[in-house]
Amino acid sequence: MSLKDKLLSSFIAFEDYLEDDSPIHDIRNKAIKSFEDKGFPTRKEEAWKYTSLNSLLKEDYNLYSKQEHTLEFKDVRKYFLHEVDTYKVVFVDGVYSSFLSETTHDKLDVCLLSAALGKEKYKPVIEAYFNKIAKEESLTSLNTAFAKEGAYIFVPNHVEADKPIEVINFSTGSEAASFLQPRNLIIVGENAHVQIIERHQSLSNNAVLTNSVTEIFAEKRAHVDYYKIQNDQIKASLIDTTYLKQEQDSVCKVHTFSFGGKLIRNNLNFYQAGQHCDSVLKGVTILEGKQHVDHNTLVHHISPNCESHQDYKGIFDDSSTGVFNGKVLVEKEAQKIDAFQQNNNILISDKSTINAKPQLEIFADDVKCSHGCTIGQLDEEAMFYLRSRGIGVKEARALLMYAFANNVLESVKIPELKKRINKLIAQKIGVRLGFDL
Amino acid sequence: MGKFTEDDLKKELESKEYEYGFYTDIESDTFPVGLNEDIVRAISMKKEEPQWMTDWRLESFRAWQEMEEPNWANVTYKKPDFQNISYYSAPSKKAKYDSIDEVDPELLETFNKLGISLEEQKKLAGVAVDIVMDSVSVATTFKDTLAEKGIIFCSISEAIREHPELVKKYIGTVVPQKDNFYAALNSAVFSDGSFCYIPKGVRCPMELSTYFRINQAGTGQFERTLVIADEGSYVSYLEGCTAPSRDENQLHAAVVELIALDNAEIKYSTVQNWYPGDKEGKGGVFNFVTKRGICEKNAKISWTQVETGSAVTWKYPSCILKGDNSIGEFYSIAVTNNYQQADTGTKMIHLGKNTRSTIISKGISAGKSQNSYRGLVKISPRADNARNFSQCDSLLMGNKCGAHTFPYIEAKNKSAQIEHEATTSKIGEDQIFYCNQRGIDTEKAIALIVNGFSKEVLNKLPMEFAVEAQKLLEISLEGSVG
Repeated sequence: MSLKDKLLSSFIAFEDYLEDDSPIHDIRNKAIKSFEDKGFPTRKEEAWKYTSLNSLLKEDYNLYSKQEHTLEFKDVRKYFLHEVDTYKVVFVDGVYSSFLSETTHDKLDVCLLSAALGKEKYKPVIEAYFNKIAKEESLTSLNTAFAKEGAYIFVPNHVEADKPIEVINFSTGSEAASFLQPRNLIIVGENAHVQIIERHQSLSNNAVLTNSVTEIFAEKRAHVDYYKIQNDQIKASLIDTTYLKQEQDSVCKVHTFSFGGKLIRNNLNFYQAGQHCDSVLKGVTILEGKQHVDHNTLVHHISPNCESHQDYKGIFDDSSTGVFNGKVLVEKEAQKIDAFQQNNNILISDKSTINAKPQLEIFADDVKCSHGCTIGQLDEEAMFYLRSRGIGVKEARALLMYAFANNVLESVKIPELKKRINKLIAQKIGVRLGFDL
Repeated sequence: MGKFTEDDLKKELESKEYEYGFYTDIESDTFPVGLNEDIVRAISMKKEEPQWMTDWRLESFRAWQEMEEPNWANVTYKKPDFQNISYYSAPSKKAKYDSIDEVDPELLETFNKLGISLEEQKKLAGVAVDIVMDSVSVATTFKDTLAEKGIIFCSISEAIREHPELVKKYIGTVVPQKDNFYAALNSAVFSDGSFCYIPKGVRCPMELSTYFRINQAGTGQFERTLVIADEGSYVSYLEGCTAPSRDENQLHAAVVELIALDNAEIKYSTVQNWYPGDKEGKGGVFNFVTKRGICEKNAKISWTQVETGSAVTWKYPSCILKGDNSIGEFYSIAVTNNYQQADTGTKMIHLGKNTRSTIISKGISAGKSQNSYRGLVKISPRADNARNFSQCDSLLMGNKCGAHTFPYIEAKNKSAQIEHEATTSKIGEDQIFYCNQRGIDTEKAIALIVNGFSKEVLNKLPMEFAVEAQKLLEISLEGSVG
């Protein structure tokens, strides 16, 4: 039985299991229909030209974890940003772990989507926001159909979240292959500020496929800082789709750090609905082995006087493959837009591949839109300069790579997180530098 | 005198009809509409082609029947009905002329209206003109001069008869019969086109040029061009098009193949000004062209194009950089106005070591037009030290038009160096103000700015083409700024 058939048949059981009065009953049914029509994306589709899911879909995934697993905090401590106090929403094999989590309903809501879906109190919010900006793409529809658990974050107007929020999805690998579909809903009210860190972590060497969807709403003057850390085990794959809608004067930043995993596909969609919005999309990708990372970004400028900045850096070693497909769409009403997109790549090995497709689609005339894309190597002269000063080849290379990625690292606003990422990069490049950057 | 306002400009632009829109009545020898194997055979017979050519055409036709029309391009149009087109039309008085006096005076009049005076060109420009009017070559000049150097420059049907060994060896090697839908169609029914062979070590002393015209109502034009530059040779080839005004959509599906052997250089320049349709978007030419060149060792192919015409353009002049140290260049200006749609760009396929390519593309969209750049830069694993620089700039005039870029970059070699940049902008009010302040009226200022914007490409054109291209830019755009 193919994965698609398996999912379709299990949906019936899934619906039966849930109570029928679920507010999103109709949305689920519509979504599964949409997935049934579309199926999994293939390379024939333009958006999936460079990424094939075939090898992932062959696995025999277990859709529901048969038993609950508990984790000891000390075992997974290293995956948390333990240096600072944070709110935590933790899932183990798709099931909420109250033991590891630290939620709140004081001032702001940091809790579970299942709770929000179940309680009468949240009904207006769910009706107003849930599945409102998620598009009817096959994988998103699949996630919507099975949407049950995930983080629910609601920051009311004029509230500044007092500490960062961590959303972590662990998979214990108790099954040979598991399929997870977290669904997050984040609403940031007027003038509210929030910092969120998202992480998917597999704890074993068994295959995991995560199809995650996140909807983020940023109201007027809201500030959203979102960090995605993707440093998973070699058999874990992730399809991460994020939809973000911005109202007037809001500032939203999404940083994606992709270091691990077998296949990662990031779909990042920004919709600028109000004027004077600022969108920042940045990413660092460092790959080796046979890893494959595909960044697919869309910035949709609907209103005038907005800005967007994209900056993606990639370093590719061994037989790894990097894909960057960035699209800037400017509607004809969206005058005075300043959109900038940059994608720089370094190929380290002869077998590594980079496929880039930076796209501009512009319908307004009074705009400043530009993109740049480069593929190159580490500068030989810079290498020579460092080596002539007694720095070893490996260190010199690492230093230059740091410098290359630094633009993106610089804008990480949580110092502890920045340190953590620096450490991850050092690990990835395989050096210990005696200083912090 | 009142101020020449933007509205006036707009009005003037809108009322500006296609300057070269006229129709010459020459008795034509036209085939019935429709396409089947008999028509393909008949075309081949009409051209007095040998059996291998007929077979080649039939093979292409059979492949074409299996293929589907591509629809990935960023253009929308009513698909042509391929059974409603006449696949062959030739001026009936098709005797070979030795001198220009023998050419049908009506035909000469047509060319004069286009501003192409054969005599003048002979005297002033030193250009050999092989005029293709409705598919059959009717006049050839300077043939003797070229023959002295061993250069073959003739119509492709003549080449099939006189130099079958060359045609047989190279035709379809760069653009295979089954390459794409339109290339397959062209391979099956191509009526005529130009053939050019430059022998080893010869530098072609003059610019070779061909003017194409579509003239017969309801006839598609299927040109086939084959340019072969043998080892160490050089040739500059010009191609220019103007087509008469017509309401019915006309199809133009040409194939151009360039072969640059070791150390050879080919410079291929195009000015395309097919009828773009009227300001309502009615009529106009569909231009679905496959142009590709292959570079052997140390060879160089340079494509320069100025695209101002056609209702729908679908064109990607490409270079396969097969030999080590070969160079590919692409310089393009694409202007769209009213309801025109253009999806154009290039492909640079780096296969050899130390290969280099440059892409400069300037897109200007005005009115309600859509202008897309679509390009591919591909570095194969064996192409060490490949280098590419791409630049795509778009200029938008008004907010009813669109500019799009779809660059594909695929690198599989670590020593590759690729740079791609694209910008989109409009003509700044301050720029116009600066010009106005110095007594340059708005219309002239725009022409000036557009000229500056396109200069990098215009500079690459041979002299006489540059003048024509500049004129075309002005005609297409003057006053369309908002």
